[in-house]
Amino acid sequence: MNALQPTSGPLSTGAEWNFELLETYDHAIADIALNEYHLDIYPNQIEVIASEQMLDAYASLGLPIGYPHWSYGKEFIRNEQMYRKGQRGLAYEIVINSNPCIAYLMEENSLPMQALVIAHACYGHNSFFKGNYLFKQWTNADAIIDYMVFARNFVMKCEERYGHGAVEDVLDSCHALMSHGVDRYRQPTPLSADEERLRQREREDYAWKQYDEIWRTLPSRNAGAGDKRGNEPNYPPEPQENLLYFVEKHAPKLEPWQREIVRIVRKMAQYFYPQGLTKVMNEGWATFWHYTLLNRLYDKGQVDDGFMLEVLTSHTNVVTQRGFDQRGYGGINPYALGFAMMTDIRRICENPTDEDRDWFPDIAGGDWLKVLDFAMRNYKDESFIGQFLSPRLIREFHLFAIADHARDEHLLVDSIHNEQGYRRVRQLLSQQYNRDGLVPDIQVTRYDHRGDRSLTLTHRRHRGRPLDDSASEVMKHLARLWGFTVRLQTQDDSGKVVDQQETRA
Amino acid sequence: MSIVIDRRLNDRNKSAVNRERFLRRYKEQIRKSVGDLISKRSITDMDRGGDVNIPSKDISEPTFHHGNGGDREMVLPGNRKFNRGDKLKRPDGGGGGGNGSGDGEGGGDDSSDDFVFSLSREEFMNLFFDDLELPHLIRNAIGDVREFKMQRAGYTPSGVPANLSVTRSLRQAMARRIAIGAPLRRQMRELQAAEVPADEEIAELQRRLDRIPFLDDFDLRYRHRVKVPMPISRAVMFCLMDVSASMTEQKKDLAKRFFTLLYLFLSRKYQRVELVFIRHTDNAQEVDEQGFFHDQQSGGTVVLSALKLMHEIAVARYPSDAWNIYGAQVSDGDAFGADPEKSRAFLNEQLLPLSRYFAYIEVPDDPMRTSPLSYAYQRIDSDKFAMSTVAGKGEVYPVLRELFKREAA
Repeated sequence: MNALQPTSGPLSTGAEWNFELLETYDHAIADIALNEYHLDIYPNQIEVIASEQMLDAYASLGLPIGYPHWSYGKEFIRNEQMYRKGQRGLAYEIVINSNPCIAYLMEENSLPMQALVIAHACYGHNSFFKGNYLFKQWTNADAIIDYMVFARNFVMKCEERYGHGAVEDVLDSCHALMSHGVDRYRQPTPLSADEERLRQREREDYAWKQYDEIWRTLPSRNAGAGDKRGNEPNYPPEPQENLLYFVEKHAPKLEPWQREIVRIVRKMAQYFYPQGLTKVMNEGWATFWHYTLLNRLYDKGQVDDGFMLEVLTSHTNVVTQRGFDQRGYGGINPYALGFAMMTDIRRICENPTDEDRDWFPDIAGGDWLKVLDFAMRNYKDESFIGQFLSPRLIREFHLFAIADHARDEHLLVDSIHNEQGYRRVRQLLSQQYNRDGLVPDIQVTRYDHRGDRSLTLTHRRHRGRPLDDSASEVMKHLARLWGFTVRLQTQDDSGKVVDQQETRA
Repeated sequence: MSIVIDRRLNDRNKSAVNRERFLRRYKEQIRKSVGDLISKRSITDMDRGGDVNIPSKDISEPTFHHGNGGDREMVLPGNRKFNRGDKLKRPDGGGGGGNGSGDGEGGGDDSSDDFVFSLSREEFMNLFFDDLELPHLIRNAIGDVREFKMQRAGYTPSGVPANLSVTRSLRQAMARRIAIGAPLRRQMRELQAAEVPADEEIAELQRRLDRIPFLDDFDLRYRHRVKVPMPISRAVMFCLMDVSASMTEQKKDLAKRFFTLLYLFLSRKYQRVELVFIRHTDNAQEVDEQGFFHDQQSGGTVVLSALKLMHEIAVARYPSDAWNIYGAQVSDGDAFGADPEKSRAFLNEQLLPLSRYFAYIEVPDDPMRTSPLSYAYQRIDSDKFAMSTVAGKGEVYPVLRELFKREAA
């Protein structure tokens, strides 16, 4: 670790920022982040925007560009309304997983806040995007912006050609299935906007060339063809969990442009997939780093007390965890949990107690920087919590588990923060971040492609948990995309079909 | 390593297109909400934005997710008193427990409330006009476009040749020539006054004086014109309504839209518009807007009384050489005995000469029947008068069509 270097006092005083100061602070923070802590990052592109633009960015899921759709308008109106009424402040920053990594700073923020955001987004999130295995595997930071430009242009061209209504219908239906449009085991091919455009055009050209008016006039030959059925193999041979992919490839009635839109939504779902799996880690990592980097700035005498006080005020607001029975409780705060865990890992490395040695023999007393880096690269929320949540934190958060079983009249306190409960609480909390627990298991099990072309989905009920009522709405959307009858079967844990609903297109 | 970019000047309204799509998609719900607003608002207050409610369930986007029921465990923070094996009562509202807090980051879902948001003035007016099926030309006529006229506003050093002011430019040139030439001429006078005139220097000075241009670019002056809003005068709008018991709330709503439309039109055209509300049963009263739309009266119907009162007020307070007088009458058309005929005569002979325009709409119970009043009014032959029988909101506009057509042209 470097010795304290004598510096010529703080970089600046006062809350006003300007562009030179932003660069000065960015340099100072970069110096610490890269040279002392060896963070590996994409180049940064820091963009200063006004609050209205922040609202815009919110509405489009944080991407700087997106195709037009009413649901983004709804989001925009909702946020704007809440912001105007003062019910909610704006996030200090939005950061985009792209290369270069784009971070938005809000014009209205004071200088300490800007520095905090730079440390948080441009060094924290940025290094996470670059290092974490899920992001490496599933997203392609180089291509996302280009791809979104392609998507936007494509959707808008379709609107011109086929009308707003038709495009909106397809998008609505795709959005409804978005959570089931993700490949979880197969790595997607890297995105490239140029290739996408080319591929899309090729397919269109091919369709044109194949088109022959004469074929349309031939009488259809389906008479007698239906009799030979009966012992065909089931199709698809394996259940398919990526519903959007299946629709894109097999939906009998979709036009090529509709397929393309399905594909666009699918690619977006795929892009956001790792973010949902690493919320705690990602935010915890970024929060840990803004805290560490800015404190280091302070230790080096580059910022003054006033600066640090403002930073700490915001920092504490961000990492507040309210109890389940307190006002304003909104679930476990990923910033709080993530930050606490990251800090705790550092503590375990630097000042381990006997308990820590007992629980974490391999990292207690180790090099915290290496341990944290390893954790950041190789875990997601579920496994990270399962591995690193210490008894000490369970005590600090007063975590407890409640069992909600349908057959019991009461809720049962399953375990609390004591010796017998630690492992169980940790395991259950880790389960809580398991995507399988959140997203119902629904897969394509049968496509009657030689018969009535109906599609059968199977919902495997996990521990008796039923689907919400909106499932029937989603099935209508699916039926619209599919064009023929779609069925939703529900199987219980033993695999017995207990319920079936059918939606005709 | 980092680049800082100032994007504050970029387009701020990226979401406008999405917002507009949202409004279009939920037009029906929004329109309903706007309808409620219209009924609550005063006529003079109509042209501004407003808050709109849409039930959240109408705009939710469905996805597959778990409902209540089944077995699950949740981990929550902040335990203070529970111990293992404690039993808790299930919170009300299904087996959710802990307000869905078990859904990891899914908390903070406040979807139970209505979705409330503000419409801008333009959006609000557009919905209002949609209801009335107003043609676009008319929307523009009473919408935001004000009429301007060009007015002289002094002179400016730049402009188009057509606006060149010759006298001004020459005056400017003369001033310049005098100012620039003065020191030279003074010098010349001094030299000439000398005992031995220095001819060469004088000649040199003369050449310099000659070089001063007669007219230079910066002498040019152009007439300057600015846009000023059209001179606008004032108008008074008389709202006449039959408030006998047969006028239902729905008919009054129709009436209100009719009056509002006329008011909006007038308030674009005239700087100052006053409203006079006259309600009548068998006698007429001048009342305020609240009383006009909301008080229930009973009694017979004498239309003439209202017309007479309007005439009285107009003569007393709004002399027709200083005010543009507009009349708008709503009735269900029931009139008895000699009243319709007398009313027609009074309107035709006394009121119309005073008025710029008089519009009558009838909101009958049975649109097929010709009421005594409209039977009488039909025989008024004047381009200042328009009438129609109206059953729905979309039929309000045609009554005023003639008026708008004339004014928009």
